[in-house]
Amino acid sequence: MDTVPAIDHDAIAAKVRAVLGQHARLSTSVDSLSDDSDLYDAGLTSLTTVNLMLALEDQFDVEFDDKLLKRKTFSSIRALSEAIQGLLP
Amino acid sequence: MTTLTSVAGGAAGVGRIRPVPETRHDFEHLLARVHDLGRDVLAVHAEAVDTNARFPHEAFAALRQERLLSAYVPVEHGGLGLSIEQVSQLCQVLGQYCASTAMIFAMHQIQAACIVHHGLGSSHFRAFIDALVEHQYLLASATTEVGVGGDTRSSLCAVRLEADGSYALEKQAPVISYGEMADAILVTARRSPESGPGDQVLVLVRKHDCTLKKMGEWDTLGFRGTCSLGFVLSATGPAEAVLPVPYADIHARTQHPVAHILWSSLWLGLATDAMQRARAFVRADARRTPGTLPISATRLAEVDIVYGAMRGAVGEACTAYAALLASGEDEDFSNYGFVIRINNLKVACSQWVVDIVGRAMLICGIAGYRNDSKFSLARQLRDAYGAALMVNNDRILGQTALMQVASRDK
Repeated sequence: MDTVPAIDHDAIAAKVRAVLGQHARLSTSVDSLSDDSDLYDAGLTSLTTVNLMLALEDQFDVEFDDKLLKRKTFSSIRALSEAIQGLLP
Repeated sequence: MTTLTSVAGGAAGVGRIRPVPETRHDFEHLLARVHDLGRDVLAVHAEAVDTNARFPHEAFAALRQERLLSAYVPVEHGGLGLSIEQVSQLCQVLGQYCASTAMIFAMHQIQAACIVHHGLGSSHFRAFIDALVEHQYLLASATTEVGVGGDTRSSLCAVRLEADGSYALEKQAPVISYGEMADAILVTARRSPESGPGDQVLVLVRKHDCTLKKMGEWDTLGFRGTCSLGFVLSATGPAEAVLPVPYADIHARTQHPVAHILWSSLWLGLATDAMQRARAFVRADARRTPGTLPISATRLAEVDIVYGAMRGAVGEACTAYAALLASGEDEDFSNYGFVIRINNLKVACSQWVVDIVGRAMLICGIAGYRNDSKFSLARQLRDAYGAALMVNNDRILGQTALMQVASRDK
């Protein structure tokens, strides 16, 4: 049997959504956002970016590399999910 | 006169035929010429500019004559094609003679860099750059806004695109440095009336497209020649004047790093001026007491340590920024490590310049404290105190602190 990834993209995206809803203080409801919606347009700020990052690190038990600490990483649910997928064992 | 910048003659000369400083030798030549301008024009009028809080007209006539307002415009677009390191050196030289002139020059180059880095894909902006080169236009900026507390990354005002293909914009700007003297102003605004405060664009507002209604006067401790009055700006013009890139990218890649590098460069020039006055004073002191080392020499040895750190920091930031530009990795400009470095440069240099000028004044003693002495450091000290306030250090430190929480930079 092929090995199944411990956690797939959809599952990660769902968890990212939950964390976003709790910690990012967006001006738009998370449910109304697609995976590709621009989170900065939805109200993400430099302050909430850092809160979001810390919450995601807790949730997934990962550490964001310095290389990932740039605007694009936090720009959408998809970008965040891909970054986290890259950090998971 | 045989300097490389005097070939095309007056301000109406055609930029494209002008020889450019392609070699190190040519650039050294240009720097020497700018020192001449500094001595013969900037320094001569610096006191009147400061006393009357007026625009340094004579300096800008001379800078235009030398076609230095298109210093950062690439050669293929008719400019001098200088690098960021070279523009930094120009700011350093100008800062030694008149910090207000140097600040205006630096702010102009920051805006020019925004267009050069982000606008040349647009025919509207290419045509504007041609005109800038030809007429040596002066660019100002309106980034802060009444009601957003100095946060340049958020706007209240919004661009309205009209059915006839024009834009309309009104902004209450608490500060537009030399706004009345500028040929065009780059203005931040929300992309549309529906956009969030951070969804900004940069609009090139031509002088003939806007009215400026003054709000108050500019009577400050230092940098008096920058004439940084507040205005209500009302503009309407062609929709193509909205830069076709999100301001977030322009800010990360150009506005933020270039501003802090060039400001720090001219503050370094201000510090250099103070160091030279202190040095001259120490030499005169030593002559008076042959065989005895004056205490001022020890003070000079101390302040030179700070000065060396400041010079090193500016050079290092230029190198890091040039490397990032050359790498083509546009995403890395928003990397926390880079943003923190640039923020640290600004905060450190704005403190060092006060420290250096203050120590130079101790060295020169009452001669430095006087307004009417060749060792006077009064204007330099007043100017130096402005550095921490333009984009307040507390705001920058707050932003850095936030990023430090996330950063794992070793």
